[in-house]
Amino acid sequence: MTALTKLFRTTTFRLSLTYFALFSAAAIVAIVYLYWNTTVLLSRQLNQTIDAELKGLAEQYRAGGRDQLVRTVAQRSRTPGNSLYLVADRNEKQLAGNLRAVSPQLWDSVGPVEFFYSRPAPGGTEQRLAFANVFRLPGGDRLIVGRDIEDRRELSRLIRSTMLWGLGVMALVGIGGGYWVSRRLLARVDNLSDTTRTIMAGDLSRRLPVSGSGDELDRLAQSLNLMLGRIEQLMAGMREVSDNIAHDLKTPLNRLRNRVEEALREPPDEVAYRDALERTIEEADGLIKTFNALLSIARLEAGAAGDDRDSLDLSALVSDVAELYEPVAEERGIVLKADVAGSVPVRGNRQLLGQALANLIDNALKYGAPPAAKGNGHAAEVVVRTSQHDGIAEIAVSDRGPGVPASERERVLARFVRLEASRSEPGSGLGLSLVAAVARLHGGAVRLEDNAPGLRVVLSLPLETGAQGTKTADRPSPGGELRPT
Amino acid sequence: MRVLVIEDDQETAAFLKRALKESGHIAEHAADGEAGLDSARTNAYDVLIVDRMLPKLDGLGVIKSLRTEEIHTPALILSALGEVDDRVKGLRAGGDDYLTKPYAFSELLARIEVLARRTSPEEGSTRLAVGDLVLDRLSHKVTRAGEAILLQPREFRLLEYLMKHAGQVVTRTMLLENVWDYHFDPQTNVIDVHISRLRSKIDKNFAQPLLHTVRGAGYTIRDSAH
Repeated sequence: MTALTKLFRTTTFRLSLTYFALFSAAAIVAIVYLYWNTTVLLSRQLNQTIDAELKGLAEQYRAGGRDQLVRTVAQRSRTPGNSLYLVADRNEKQLAGNLRAVSPQLWDSVGPVEFFYSRPAPGGTEQRLAFANVFRLPGGDRLIVGRDIEDRRELSRLIRSTMLWGLGVMALVGIGGGYWVSRRLLARVDNLSDTTRTIMAGDLSRRLPVSGSGDELDRLAQSLNLMLGRIEQLMAGMREVSDNIAHDLKTPLNRLRNRVEEALREPPDEVAYRDALERTIEEADGLIKTFNALLSIARLEAGAAGDDRDSLDLSALVSDVAELYEPVAEERGIVLKADVAGSVPVRGNRQLLGQALANLIDNALKYGAPPAAKGNGHAAEVVVRTSQHDGIAEIAVSDRGPGVPASERERVLARFVRLEASRSEPGSGLGLSLVAAVARLHGGAVRLEDNAPGLRVVLSLPLETGAQGTKTADRPSPGGELRPT
Repeated sequence: MRVLVIEDDQETAAFLKRALKESGHIAEHAADGEAGLDSARTNAYDVLIVDRMLPKLDGLGVIKSLRTEEIHTPALILSALGEVDDRVKGLRAGGDDYLTKPYAFSELLARIEVLARRTSPEEGSTRLAVGDLVLDRLSHKVTRAGEAILLQPREFRLLEYLMKHAGQVVTRTMLLENVWDYHFDPQTNVIDVHISRLRSKIDKNFAQPLLHTVRGAGYTIRDSAH
């Protein structure tokens, strides 16, 4: 595609061409209408004047015969102006008037007629256009009364040429302007698409140029830049996830493979085989769990899950989940307290929020015990508290464990991140990522705070407005069967 | 128990048939949705195991068709889609239970056994009894050998569920789903701790234990004296 055809194909160029065509058409119609109307009006006026004069002269003829007519005509002919007269007898002999050398056709015509006549001019004669009415007098004489309309013809010629020139200039300016504007626009669009191509080729850090004029192309470029930013972020996230998958899924897979291989290498022994197989299943279950958690997070982050939302009371949910974990806490020698006061209505998916809360409590129970060796002066205690303020509902899970250093608080929300201290406990490092994903899906957020000492994780969600005192009775009865019989 | 497995993967189907047979059940197999629908219409099965993604007619379609024809054979849906929404969709289509792949066979077996016997007479009765353990669903009182046992509300529901399915294996996930209504992985062995608490209340001071752990599967409550 040559540069020119590319230019012709641009929207701007086509648009200016279309505008040009429309404007010319409108101008032509207007001018033609004006011209035609004026001509008709002028002709009619001329006709009427000539008619009136003819009638007057005919009167004179009737009153004073040919001689009086000849006199009057001769007299009028002498008056300067564009009036033309001619009186002739039946032999076409001119008796009076300022018209000379009349063509024979004129003699025979009757009524209004346009013709050329010659008139003396500096340096000879000139042919001029005239409009006249031929009147036959009784006795075969003829009277011609007319007007010189050469000036009018000149005017129309002028109008015509002006119109043509005007159209020409318009065409030039229109096409030229369209070309210029399109060139400028095309240059910017080319620039944009070149940059886009570079980005598509893999350089995700590039951004589209913004001219700063704030026009529509700028706004488009800005939106695209925002989109590119998001894509870059997602890609980075994905790369990180695949790196993590490579590490955190391949390691147990490798362990699993080694174990099977080892069992096969050893001499056949049913007990050893059994043991190896059981441990393989265990390892596989762990892998499945990690995989499920990863999938859940991915689906939550894509907004492809959790559409099933109900009005629910966070306090009731907290009591419920805390009750589920209370025996586990007791077994670990930790006091698990649910500090809930009044209902905190939110709109959410009970399963997802329940799982997020379960993850938080599970984390607190696993990592939230005071350091065994020296302790920190606090009893082993995990407190789950609900509160609401300024349209925000909050669940805070606080422990008395070693806490998370301020510099690491953002990082632990990412997938597979496990702090060194927690490596000894089983876990995938996905728990908090899932909590963060659930929070985001519900339009909320997760933050980590210092519980001095210990860690406090706060899950904040938008409070459900307009729902005063969500009824706890609305929750599905946990004791019921999955399905009525 | 006569089971129909509607599953398009030959190997999975063969595995299920074999495993069900070993567990003392009769298993038949249909390889696509239409064949499965035909078999389920014409034969009397105790349970249907329906894969969600099937050629010709998908699993939910099979169950929907059966339910509109007033055939209420209990159906368990097997699916790779495990999100909360997918489960809800499956149960709305008329499925009775939902299990996500990959699953442990013991989990599948426990679930279909419960499904097949869900219309057992104990279901509607107000008084459940296993050996000398008696649970009154109206007064919420539990006694063993005439001796009153005090249970927390949740412990009561846990025991009630176990006793309703007395003699059958109940998995941890089934308990979490049916007693707590949670359909997620609680990470820790929460159910085991609840069970051991319950066990200490109902079995501790008695010679004959009623609540048994089934290795690799779950729990069961039964009177082993019989």
